[in-house]
Amino acid sequence: MLHTFPKWKYGLIIVATIIGIIYALPNLYGEDPAVQVTSVKNAKISTDTQQQIKADLDKAQVKYKSVTSDGDALLVRFFSTEVQIMAQDLIKSALGDNYSVALNLAPITPKWLACLGAKPMKLGLDLRGGVRFLIEVDVAASIARSFESDFADIRTGMRKEGLRYSQLQQRQDDADKDSGVKKISVIAFSFKDKADLERAQQFLRSHYPQHEIIVTSKGTEFGIDVRMSPQLITENKTYTIEQTMTTLRNRINELGVAEAIVQRQGMNLIVVELPGIQDTARARDILGKTATLDFVMVDSEADLDKALRGLVPPGRRLLYDRNSRPVVVKKNIILTGDSITGASSGFNSSDARPAVDVRLGGSGVGVFKRTTRENIGQAMAVIYREIKTVHKLIDGKRETEHVVSEELISVATIQSALGSQFQITGLSVDEARNLALLLRAGALPATISIVEERVIGPSMGQDNIQKGIISIVVGVGAVLLFMSVYYSVFGIIANLALLMNLVLLVAIMSLVGATLTLPGIAGIVLTLGMAVDANVLIFERIREELRMGLSPQASIQHGFKSAFDTIIDSNLTTLIVGIILFAIGTGPVRGFAVTLSIGILTSLFTAVTGTRAIVNFVYGNKKIKHLLIGI
Amino acid sequence: MEFFKKQTTIKFMELRRITGIVSGLAVLIAVIMLCKQGLNFGLEFTGGTQVELHFEEPTEATVVKQQLEIFGLKDLRVQNYGSAKELLIRLANKTEDEAGLKTKILHALQNGGYTAEVRRVEYVGSEVGAQLAEDGGLAVVAAILFTMLYIALRFEYRFAVSAALSLTHDIVIVLGIFSLCRFEFDLATLAGVLAVLGYSLNDKIVVFDRVRENFRRVRKESTAQIINLSINQTLSRTIMTSFLTLLVVIALLLFGGGSLFGFSLALCLGIIIGTYSSIYVAGGLALSLGLSREDLLPKPKAAIDELP
Repeated sequence: MLHTFPKWKYGLIIVATIIGIIYALPNLYGEDPAVQVTSVKNAKISTDTQQQIKADLDKAQVKYKSVTSDGDALLVRFFSTEVQIMAQDLIKSALGDNYSVALNLAPITPKWLACLGAKPMKLGLDLRGGVRFLIEVDVAASIARSFESDFADIRTGMRKEGLRYSQLQQRQDDADKDSGVKKISVIAFSFKDKADLERAQQFLRSHYPQHEIIVTSKGTEFGIDVRMSPQLITENKTYTIEQTMTTLRNRINELGVAEAIVQRQGMNLIVVELPGIQDTARARDILGKTATLDFVMVDSEADLDKALRGLVPPGRRLLYDRNSRPVVVKKNIILTGDSITGASSGFNSSDARPAVDVRLGGSGVGVFKRTTRENIGQAMAVIYREIKTVHKLIDGKRETEHVVSEELISVATIQSALGSQFQITGLSVDEARNLALLLRAGALPATISIVEERVIGPSMGQDNIQKGIISIVVGVGAVLLFMSVYYSVFGIIANLALLMNLVLLVAIMSLVGATLTLPGIAGIVLTLGMAVDANVLIFERIREELRMGLSPQASIQHGFKSAFDTIIDSNLTTLIVGIILFAIGTGPVRGFAVTLSIGILTSLFTAVTGTRAIVNFVYGNKKIKHLLIGI
Repeated sequence: MEFFKKQTTIKFMELRRITGIVSGLAVLIAVIMLCKQGLNFGLEFTGGTQVELHFEEPTEATVVKQQLEIFGLKDLRVQNYGSAKELLIRLANKTEDEAGLKTKILHALQNGGYTAEVRRVEYVGSEVGAQLAEDGGLAVVAAILFTMLYIALRFEYRFAVSAALSLTHDIVIVLGIFSLCRFEFDLATLAGVLAVLGYSLNDKIVVFDRVRENFRRVRKESTAQIINLSINQTLSRTIMTSFLTLLVVIALLLFGGGSLFGFSLALCLGIIIGTYSSIYVAGGLALSLGLSREDLLPKPKAAIDELP
């Protein structure tokens, strides 16, 4: 009985192999340590800049491979990482603050491959060296702040509508376990009678649909509890974390790291990977600094004496300004740091005092304009808030404490409705400059603490790459050798399929942009070992059929057919394991799950279709006397 | 070339009482070890700080520890890691920033006349570690349950139960060996254990598949004989695959370095024990649970009574 093997499958395999080779090829070309120069402000990248860099490097006798420009960035390639780091410092000091000078690994992909979109695989930190931070975002605090402002809003709103309440209390309730916070604030209103309650309820329900409005009436007590709903909390959390990620990315740009990774992990964790960086102290400093401005209204009607004795009315705080004068301010923040889109330091035009020019943008601006317009003649306070994360050892356990230092830097009377640009005074020259810088990079909307930190030296990265390559060569080599000896020609066919598998695996990972780590390489090695299993299954079956007396062609057909289901089953179950591992794995182990899963898919294709095609090609429609399968 | 010229006719099922006792004992010992000694958890699970050092010359861990203690670095664990030139230093918690720690360590070593390079420094918060340990445990349980479900659907429930039990047997014994020899159990090792799960499952599915096929083909034999036959028939494939995968894993063990050691070792042990359990435990358990022909064949359609 002769085979019928669809001709189009031959085409498929050949096309897949060619595409695989093309997209796997860049990995053979390696990368150059490089420095990338981009402009931060309006400074231009021109041929002059190029010449300047070349001249400076030549003067310092720093050898460079090439300087190329790519539109808005300059790429200077070097021969080694030591030179690269030296050069970065050199170029940075030569060009000044208007340029960002970042470390980079530039692939040496030839032009024709690059045009097709082929690029080498990204290397993980354990193969490259660098720093990895796992950052925990304190969402509870930001939720509390958001609630405070809602609280103020509600009170004002109720007053405007003329809804009276007899009592207003704020308390903390235990939150649901899945909301991710321990306690949530609740405002409890008490009303005189049912009518008041109903009117209030209607108002609250229509104006604050996202909050939970719960009627808590008992007998003659008429009350309503208002609190944030779980969805609102989650929204708030997501927003906070995404804002934090954006701010971190901005700060990383200032650090001068190209190809940094900022990703969300789980509910409130963020992963930051900075390849090439070795100075973690600086990295931690820049990432972690939380400095922001809060704008609040001064409560001029408050009783200062009472406040000084400790009786501060609800929704108010007592602060001291720079001259140690007590001021009672409202807790509600009318403008937060994240509405600040730009800041620069300079001097006040009228009295030459150092000042920070602030530009606003975003959704907070409208409310701010309205509030300032409604409060002309009232005083507004600017609070500078810095949160330092301090680590202490208590009972042998590492505890993080957020030390909040706040300073009332200025109290000013609102002369006119403040628009999207204004000035803040009350700081020294240095303070103004620092503040402007921090405001530019972006304020972190919540406090963060670093719960995990890994620094991997570059020599370790090189070492790991070597180990990975040797493992692949020895492992796969042993398999190839054994297969060709044990299964003769069929063994060689299986080897071809295995090589095709490797090429496809590398190609897919390069295309998809997956990151290769050392466990990832282990995953490749393992997958290849297991891919051979499919072929062993088929070949042993063929041998069995031959021993039982079936003709060669029939044995081949039978072998492939009966093994097929088993192959699918066993690969599927390993895929399940791969997916589970991906879900819980972090960092390098995730790399293993990725290569394992992709490897299973490619091996399904190559071991079954690939091997079948080649066998067919060799033994296809011919009459065979004897199968070279090692028996 | 052939290792199995003729089909073997080993009476596996007859030996199942003995192998059952051996397996049972092994599991018992493993469990006792785990309860008494526990596992030597790696940094990702315990939290803390670790520093990996690379020395020019092969260096002994105890000597380095003493040297560090002279300079006030106490409560450290120092161990060799992958080769005689690599050392791993572990502290329970970060007492200062790690740049300071690095300088202190290098200073102490320099004074002792050692030339060393800091390869990597890692810090993991204890809550993160505890969370990961919990997730890891859940993952293993989830994997076993999912695969059990899959087999129950593809075959039938007795296979599923015996597969789950023999997989658990494999994992417990591997963990027991890790506990006994105090090998470090880090996240990569966990990945290896899960890979063993997937791999060992493959094996059992191949055997079960053959059992099902034989129930259909061979009419006259008893269940025990059918299972015997199936195992014998798939023996060559089982041994071959284990052998080839072992080749690859041993390459990783020898050349992969310290960070992959736990992973490769878990796989090595897992493959060997898994192969044994595919041959003996899975089939034997299914038999003891009362597997019979009817369980695997499709139910005949109910005969419609057409008699008037």
